[in-house]
Amino acid sequence: MKQERHVLVIFPHPDDEAFGVSGTISTYREMGIPVTYACLTLGEMGRNFGNPPFANRETLPQIRKQELLKAAEAMGIDDLRMMGLRDKTVEFENDEKMVKLVADLIEETQPSLVISFYPNLSVHPDHDATARAVVRAIRRMPESERPTLYTIAFAHNTREVLGDPDIIHHVEGAAKKKLATMNAHASQTVWMMQDMEKRLAEQDPEALKWLHYERFYTYRWDQDFE
Amino acid sequence: MELVQPAHLQELIDSFANKDVYIHLETTNGSYASHFKEGFFNAGAFIRNVVVKYELGKVAGESPHRIGLKLPYGWVYAQGITHYTLDEHGRLLMAGLDPEGKLAVSLEISETPFTY
Repeated sequence: MKQERHVLVIFPHPDDEAFGVSGTISTYREMGIPVTYACLTLGEMGRNFGNPPFANRETLPQIRKQELLKAAEAMGIDDLRMMGLRDKTVEFENDEKMVKLVADLIEETQPSLVISFYPNLSVHPDHDATARAVVRAIRRMPESERPTLYTIAFAHNTREVLGDPDIIHHVEGAAKKKLATMNAHASQTVWMMQDMEKRLAEQDPEALKWLHYERFYTYRWDQDFE
Repeated sequence: MELVQPAHLQELIDSFANKDVYIHLETTNGSYASHFKEGFFNAGAFIRNVVVKYELGKVAGESPHRIGLKLPYGWVYAQGITHYTLDEHGRLLMAGLDPEGKLAVSLEISETPFTY
């Protein structure tokens, strides 16, 4: 993995980093690279209350906040920002306010690399809205000053639109931290992780591939989304 | 939250009648519904911290229950309520959870605004 000056990670929900980026974040931290994680909401509108329920609509934000803190600790992140937006409302915020939120984070942290979603290929409206703000904020910077932007995309038509990811990080060395990050978000992941840990124990190739490799699309300004 | 005991829930609903109360009403299939099931028509609605005063509130049906609130000029109702609790802030939180414990509908009543 390339050396970076500072990495800025921007996602809307407390567990968005866990599945596909936590190995990368942990590895950067092990390399001594500063990582800022800006999480826009507390995932207040999550649906997993459990059976019997361990949460309700009003207690879930506090639970997910604690999980986020635990996940940041697992990845070795010491600069976690909770940005105070509300889950499922990001796309309805003022677009300029969203661009400014991202621009301010970039100005403050001076990242050489930003990691977020890819606009309109990231399924959840909050993901796409976050991605649009990130792209717009960086686009306004002079080309020579723009940080690199790595994006995650997982809509069904992703491969059709973007082809294969051009960045593949080998993060096997951070496997334990990646699993710890997933487990930290227990309210969202506990069912998935039971299955995942069984598959990993059986050396299932797909599960191992998920654990050991993370894939990103470098945002291409010559193929801008708008 | 506990499984709805209709008589007890009815008492709680009655205790908020004829007062200005804050309402949270939500239905959801989850933002990923049409990602996981192609062609799924994903619909939902969400209101939070709207103030109403209801003259009559009723728990109806077997579980999952229907809850209806009659207002001077209108109605609020929720279908599919399975669980409820009166929390430590005196708010009545009702939810409809599917067998996996995923929220499908929520109706909450409070004399103070909901936070977050």
